Amino acid sequence: MQNNEVNHKIYIKENKSFFFPEKIMEKVKQIISRYPEGKQKSALIPLLHISQEENGGYLNVDVMDYVAKILNIQPVEVYEVATFYSQFYLEKQGKYILEVCQTGSCAICGGEEVLDYIKEKLGIKEGETTSDGLFTLKTVECLGGCGYAPVMQINTEFYEFLDQKKIDTIIDQLRSKAFDGKEKCSTWAEKFC
Amino acid sequence: MGRKILLDKIDIPGIQGFDVYRQNGGYTSVEKALKTMSPEQVVDEVKKSGIRGRGGAGFPAGTKWGFMDKSTNNPRYLICNADESEPGTFKDRYLMEKLPHLLIEGLIVSSYALVANTCYIYIRGEFKYIIGILNLAINEAKQKGFLGKNILSTGYSLDIHVHPGAGAYICGEETALIESLEGKRGNPRIKPPFPATKGLYQCPTVVNNVETLAAVGPIINMGGVEYAKIGTDKSTGTKLISSSGHIMQPGVYEIEMGITVEEFIYSKEYCGGIKNSKKLKAVVAGGSSVPVLPAGLILNTAKGEKRLMSYESLADGGFESGTMLGSGGFIVYDEDSCIVRNTWNFTRFYHHESCGQCSPCREGTGWMEKVLYRIEHGEGRMEDIDLLVSISKNIEGNTICPLGDAAAWPVASAILHFREEFEFHVRYPEKIKKRDHGNIENIHVLQNVSI
Repeated sequence: MQNNEVNHKIYIKENKSFFFPEKIMEKVKQIISRYPEGKQKSALIPLLHISQEENGGYLNVDVMDYVAKILNIQPVEVYEVATFYSQFYLEKQGKYILEVCQTGSCAICGGEEVLDYIKEKLGIKEGETTSDGLFTLKTVECLGGCGYAPVMQINTEFYEFLDQKKIDTIIDQLRSKAFDGKEKCSTWAEKFC
Repeated sequence: MGRKILLDKIDIPGIQGFDVYRQNGGYTSVEKALKTMSPEQVVDEVKKSGIRGRGGAGFPAGTKWGFMDKSTNNPRYLICNADESEPGTFKDRYLMEKLPHLLIEGLIVSSYALVANTCYIYIRGEFKYIIGILNLAINEAKQKGFLGKNILSTGYSLDIHVHPGAGAYICGEETALIESLEGKRGNPRIKPPFPATKGLYQCPTVVNNVETLAAVGPIINMGGVEYAKIGTDKSTGTKLISSSGHIMQPGVYEIEMGITVEEFIYSKEYCGGIKNSKKLKAVVAGGSSVPVLPAGLILNTAKGEKRLMSYESLADGGFESGTMLGSGGFIVYDEDSCIVRNTWNFTRFYHHESCGQCSPCREGTGWMEKVLYRIEHGEGRMEDIDLLVSISKNIEGNTICPLGDAAAWPVASAILHFREEFEFHVRYPEKIKKRDHGNIENIHVLQNVSI
């Protein structure tokens, strides 16, 4: 969005090589085939979702240039899209991104209090990441869960009717999950695209 | 109990899967349309049904389909708009999650009517878990011969693909959606040309809301004339209402158009009344973009008639004393709610979501947010109130897409109906500053607020 903070950040070039493993590359080809010949640029948003996840939760210049090459488009065409949509991050994020809805019904049904409580509990402000790299806290606009307010989204999951007790449980669960190593990462490539 | 057409089978266990859905009458409209009707006949039935677009604009769907350019040999596309992002609206998410096959059925019949062989479901990125549900339903339908090549041996072929967005309210606007689907920023296009002539890849395209397309199956099954008998003359059929805010039973309800607003808010079948035995203060009836109405005007029109849940009754009185059905995002505010804070909240949303293409919207939403912030935080000036009205007037009608109007109306209507509350904020900054998250006990006693 035009006033989104990410717009003002300089893209990070890390000179790390990035490429899709074979299995994901197959999926990528399948996605591109959904659009007419010559219209492969349509696959850009799905591909950025996959790349972001494969790159550990954010997009850098190296990744975006790689996607441009796959789709045979100019790198700038990728940059302008990556900076427009709020689900693309141009900086490293915590393992879990807590996105707390602050719009409309969520705001009047306790969403602001939920945000305060999470801030206090994790000791961070909006936009910050905990020192252990686990949690990034963000405020977001309407998630489309108004009837289940207050809601938040953590990575691919929705959490509804939040209160302090629920937040405690969620954060504890995520903490223990973060260290058991079982978590599979390629959800976008496998389930959502 | 009101009549249910979309959600009538929602409680059947396993209805999410193909087999149970099929056993309960699912996909019969596909058989009927593809085997016994021509595409024009399907379009005709939808025209006769009188169904109006359920995404917010309320434009008759059959008429929109009729605009589809038939003079070119280019491929035609149907796009299902599942970018549901209007604050207060969550019906499409509910429908797709609970009844994915109802949508797929509607998409097949609609694509057939429009002679489209490719259909994209553009779904907001935040609903990623629903992408899995839809893909599963699409694959099931494909396996059973309802999708893919030569459907039910009729010679008609169709592919449906789910395409995720990535967090942008503006992509719910149909031309922004098309831009986004082409892999670009979601900047709305100047119209004309309309998508029906030059849409996706400059080909004839129809973009319809999830709920509109899901209703096409039932319309074909019962016939357009029969469907038109439900509801009122100008608002036919049933409508999904997403209700939220200070009510006993928030959720998605299917209503027959034309029930009274009072019944919808207070009856146990729907919202169940106001939470904590409080009084009703205001309602935003059709998603954050429509004018807010105080209790008195939402329950009864300015003429003193009962206000009904229909396009025409909610709009009765125009901007002065009416509102709009919009997307059916029904947000209820109790007597302790702060209208100024809510207006600031909505305006922050529009400022965040403005694509930045048109100056009046890009700059105006930011100005309004700043001014509303200072009034809400006890730093406002009396002249700020008229300044807000002036900014909103300069945005309204001066932008490429309706986001500008959507940002202007909540502000202008809040000031029109609740000016005393804005003045109160300016007059008593100390009281305002003491509040926690805008809640002030007995704010309704301190102010001269309706009811």
